[in-house]
Amino acid sequence: MSELVLQVKDLKVSFSTVDGVVQAVNGISFDVRKGQTLGIVGESGSGKSVTASAIMGLINRNSADMSGSILLGGLDVLTAQEREIRALRGREAAMVFQDPMSALNPYYTVGKQIAEAYEVHHPNSSKKERQLVALDMLAKVGLPKPSECIDEYPHQFSGGMRQRIVIAIALVNNPRLLIADEPTTALDVTVQAQILELMMSLQQEFGSAIILITHDLGVVAEVADEVMVMYAGQTMESSKVQTLFDAPSHPYTRGLLGSVRSLDNSERGALHTIAGNPPSMISLPGGCPFHPRCEFAASMNGLCSSVQPTLRVLPTTGSESACHLNDDQLLSLGRGVIHD
Amino acid sequence: MIAYLTRRILFAGVLLLAVSLFTFLVFALLPTDPAALTCGKVCTPERIEANRTRLGYDQPLLTQYGKFLKGIVGGRTYGEGQGEFTCGAPSLGYSFSQKDCVTSLIARTLPVTGSIAIGGFVLWMIFGIGLGMVSALKRGRWPDRLISIVSVVGLSFPTFFLALLLLFIFVIWSQFLPFPSYVSPTEDFFGWCQALLLPWLTITIISSPYYIRLTRFGMLETMNEDYVRLGIAKGLKRWTVLRKYVLRSALIPIVTVAGLDFGATLGGAVFTESIFSLPGMGRLSIKAVSDSDLPVLVGTTLVAATFIVLFNLLTDIFYGFVDPRVRIHK
Amino acid sequence: MTSPVVLEAKNLVKYFPTVSKGLLQRSTDSVKAVDGVSVQVRAGQTLGVVGESGCGKSTLARLLMRLLPPTSGTVLLDGADITSLTGRELRAVRAKIQMVFQDPVASLNPRHSVGQIIGTPLKFLKENSASGAKEHVQELMALVGLNPEHYNRYPHEFSGGQRQRIGIARALAVGPQVIVADEPVSALDVSIQAQVLNLMEKLQRDLGLSYVFIAHDLSVVRHIADEIIVMYLGKVVESGTPKDVYSAPSHPYTQALLSAIPLADPRAAGTHKRMVLTGDVPSPIDPPSGCRFRTRCPRAQDLCALEEPALIDRGQGHPVACHFPG
Ligand SMILES: Nc1ncnc2c1ncn2[C@@H]1O[C@H](COP(=O)(O)OP(=O)(O)OP(=O)(O)O)[C@@H](O)[C@H]1O
Ligand SMILES: Nc1ncnc2c1ncn2[C@@H]1O[C@H](COP(=O)(O)OP(=O)(O)O)[C@@H](O)[C@H]1O
Ligand code: SF4
Ligand code: SF4
Ligand SMILES: [Mg+2]
Ligand SMILES: [Mg+2]
Repeated sequence: MSELVLQVKDLKVSFSTVDGVVQAVNGISFDVRKGQTLGIVGESGSGKSVTASAIMGLINRNSADMSGSILLGGLDVLTAQEREIRALRGREAAMVFQDPMSALNPYYTVGKQIAEAYEVHHPNSSKKERQLVALDMLAKVGLPKPSECIDEYPHQFSGGMRQRIVIAIALVNNPRLLIADEPTTALDVTVQAQILELMMSLQQEFGSAIILITHDLGVVAEVADEVMVMYAGQTMESSKVQTLFDAPSHPYTRGLLGSVRSLDNSERGALHTIAGNPPSMISLPGGCPFHPRCEFAASMNGLCSSVQPTLRVLPTTGSESACHLNDDQLLSLGRGVIHD
Repeated sequence: MIAYLTRRILFAGVLLLAVSLFTFLVFALLPTDPAALTCGKVCTPERIEANRTRLGYDQPLLTQYGKFLKGIVGGRTYGEGQGEFTCGAPSLGYSFSQKDCVTSLIARTLPVTGSIAIGGFVLWMIFGIGLGMVSALKRGRWPDRLISIVSVVGLSFPTFFLALLLLFIFVIWSQFLPFPSYVSPTEDFFGWCQALLLPWLTITIISSPYYIRLTRFGMLETMNEDYVRLGIAKGLKRWTVLRKYVLRSALIPIVTVAGLDFGATLGGAVFTESIFSLPGMGRLSIKAVSDSDLPVLVGTTLVAATFIVLFNLLTDIFYGFVDPRVRIHK
Repeated sequence: MTSPVVLEAKNLVKYFPTVSKGLLQRSTDSVKAVDGVSVQVRAGQTLGVVGESGCGKSTLARLLMRLLPPTSGTVLLDGADITSLTGRELRAVRAKIQMVFQDPVASLNPRHSVGQIIGTPLKFLKENSASGAKEHVQELMALVGLNPEHYNRYPHEFSGGQRQRIGIARALAVGPQVIVADEPVSALDVSIQAQVLNLMEKLQRDLGLSYVFIAHDLSVVRHIADEIIVMYLGKVVESGTPKDVYSAPSHPYTQALLSAIPLADPRAAGTHKRMVLTGDVPSPIDPPSGCRFRTRCPRAQDLCALEEPALIDRGQGHPVACHFPG
């Protein structure tokens, strides 16, 4: 197996707010290896962005309670000094945000913003050198006429182009891990296709590992090797991408798969949906957090609402699943039938 | 950019003209007879009529306004023969009750009002923005709470009470400062500071809380922006992020407000000047009101309005320079 | 199968004059947001409108809603010309056409309770509704799958999908015939999108509503549309039934839109040859000559720059605006 880039163990993050304690992330663990793409999938509010921010050390320790460990570049991000984390940012891990419209500083040219990121890890570089690097990056992310773009301001670009610039900033120091937090959610499908293609080809070139966060399993199918499905700050299922689509091992995953629209599924007519809404992160349901929306919870004699299932490996598929259903039942989810 | 500037300047010019017409009309249409106000108790009908022709109040309104404008550009001569006298350009009229040209009256008050405004402005910006920054950076912790309590207390004092309180503490009780007066800064800079410290403090205490809040809000708002988070994620130092990413956008709206506030203060810090008996433009206006001295009222109103328009223009231009989104339309 | 036409637009054009950089702000350019679009919405059916950002979808929606005056062209409701109505007559029209917006956060006033939000259009558009308003609103809430007991709650207390349901209930309040939905699911999670789509289908069946449903993604309208138009830079480039558009897409732009949809099949991800469009939509101030799509079209030839292709059936069985359909 290739070398480990990131190791997250039992990460918990909670925020105290006026309404109560928001338990945003409740004990998730995962590894990311060199050259690999991990997809993190979940509905809005399931803790995906908080996980990403925690890895980058962007969560203010005064405003949040954090436990577990995040091993990145030989350090535990949760306990390291701010100075040490700063040295990791950009080089060990870099980030792409969801909304390209707000991710760039409106007051500086895009060239300056790329150069500035380069300077952090190349403090002795000359201005000329940084300028060349910025030009090179703009060309790599496919901006037409980089030599003109370099002196333009963010508002002069479309959303897709801005996202390319954000990616250029992220990759300028050749990071070992790229965290992309819903990089295409705010974009048109056509632009989404462009950006995903770009990320994949840059991954080939730079050899970075990628964490791709999304709410759309369709996007995951395009690019990910491994998938972690999150719900209410917990891992529901973790699988190889092919396995997840062939044999989803969790009722929640199956629900998500049902709502994916693709061209070969269905004509006009009702889509399969997951009933109800994601839970409030302030008062999580007891037992399995998914039980109020799970169609199988009723037949489990109250087990689901009282005991929280732990992740276990299904021997046949190698997937991990946190559900009280037995192995056979989980395996049959993909076929849409449940045997008692 | 040039086109933008020209457009703003032209607009400001038109605005000033409109303000002058408006001010002129408002006072001209008051139901009082302006000629009767020129001599007060010693008026005889003959004198009133004589003054009326001398000042041109007998002519149609539009002609009067035209003469008024012409006076601003080229000075104005009143009456003829023996009683002839001239107010040099820019002439804003003649005050009978003070027996002087309005322009010279205002010119005498300007250094005073200017001194109060400049010193007060510098102090309130330093305190407002400084404390606002501290507040934002220490949000929810004791410095933030302390600052917010102090500024609410400061804000809740009426100006005159605050000024009297400061007078009592610093002048009467501790005799730490002399009673405020006006000293020319070119002659005695230290004396100038000392003499005007209390008015400055008054204005600062009144104005800073607003700026503290504006700064705090602007910074907290900006700190939540994705681009600030991206700045941190790049690995930039905290101070760099603060300077290049947070302060810049948090301060831009403040500058706009500050420009207007400064312009308004230049038009006369009415309460402060009155309480500390400083001969500024605010006091001049107050006196004009109680004397029904219409020419002075028109003049001071116009000058105050000019300052506001001027500083509005300056902040607009400033905007164009610092915000590329204004400078470069796409 | 052909039900009567409820809402029709003929040759709609909307140019927004742009603020030019000249000294006196004399405007010479204009944004050609919608440039000669004709549509028909049939009773109880859904017209899907698809295209990338900036192609004029929202402008078309606002023209149909009579929220914007068209530069030229006509809008007909039930056969009557509503293009130049004003005042009371326009209000009567508004009661028949309602809108659902993209952004479930921005389109709801945060200081109004759900009850007020849903009830407000009633007050403006229908006179006698003071009594029974609350029950009516609560019926609507139940209809769109909200808990009627949440009548007094505020928008921030609801999730994105629920807020969109509030928006739908507000649109339904005055009993409209037509609902214009401008990207109603684009801001939602995929799983929640499915819920909202299903809800809208159900409401259409139960209430006989007609929809104009706008999306930037052909896979969204697939589940709901009876007719689809594909827009590019203010013009319709292809139109037809879902069967036409999905099984026999003939315009290269339609083909590119289809090809951009993620496949949701990891196995195919490596092998599938995607037709990725390069670049962005050109500026609508100065659209390319001839065929507007030619700057991004893989099939473009000399003719495309010279002559604008008309939207006609070229043997595909449905209208396509391309010289070289295929
Ligand atoms: N009030 C306006 N003034 C000037 N231009 C406008 C105005 N409204 C829209 N436009 C322009 O018209 C074009 C079409 O805009 P429209 O909002 O209809 O696009 P859209 O297809 O809905 O895009 P999106 O997917 O981003 O919502 C755009 O170039 C837009 O900038
Ligand atoms: N700084 C914060 N303070 C309080 N609550 C927060 C904060 N950041 C995130 N949360 C909450 O944590 C939960 C998970 O958020 P997030 O990770 O952003 O979800 P998503 O999966 O949509 O990215 C949400 O309920 C969110 O409201
Ligand atoms: S544990 Fe129970 S409620 Fe949770 S997913 Fe499994 S069956 Fe459903
Ligand atoms: S007309 Fe020409 S440029 Fe336009 S879509 Fe057809 S082939 Fe492409
Ligand atoms: Mg998120
Ligand atoms: Mg739109």
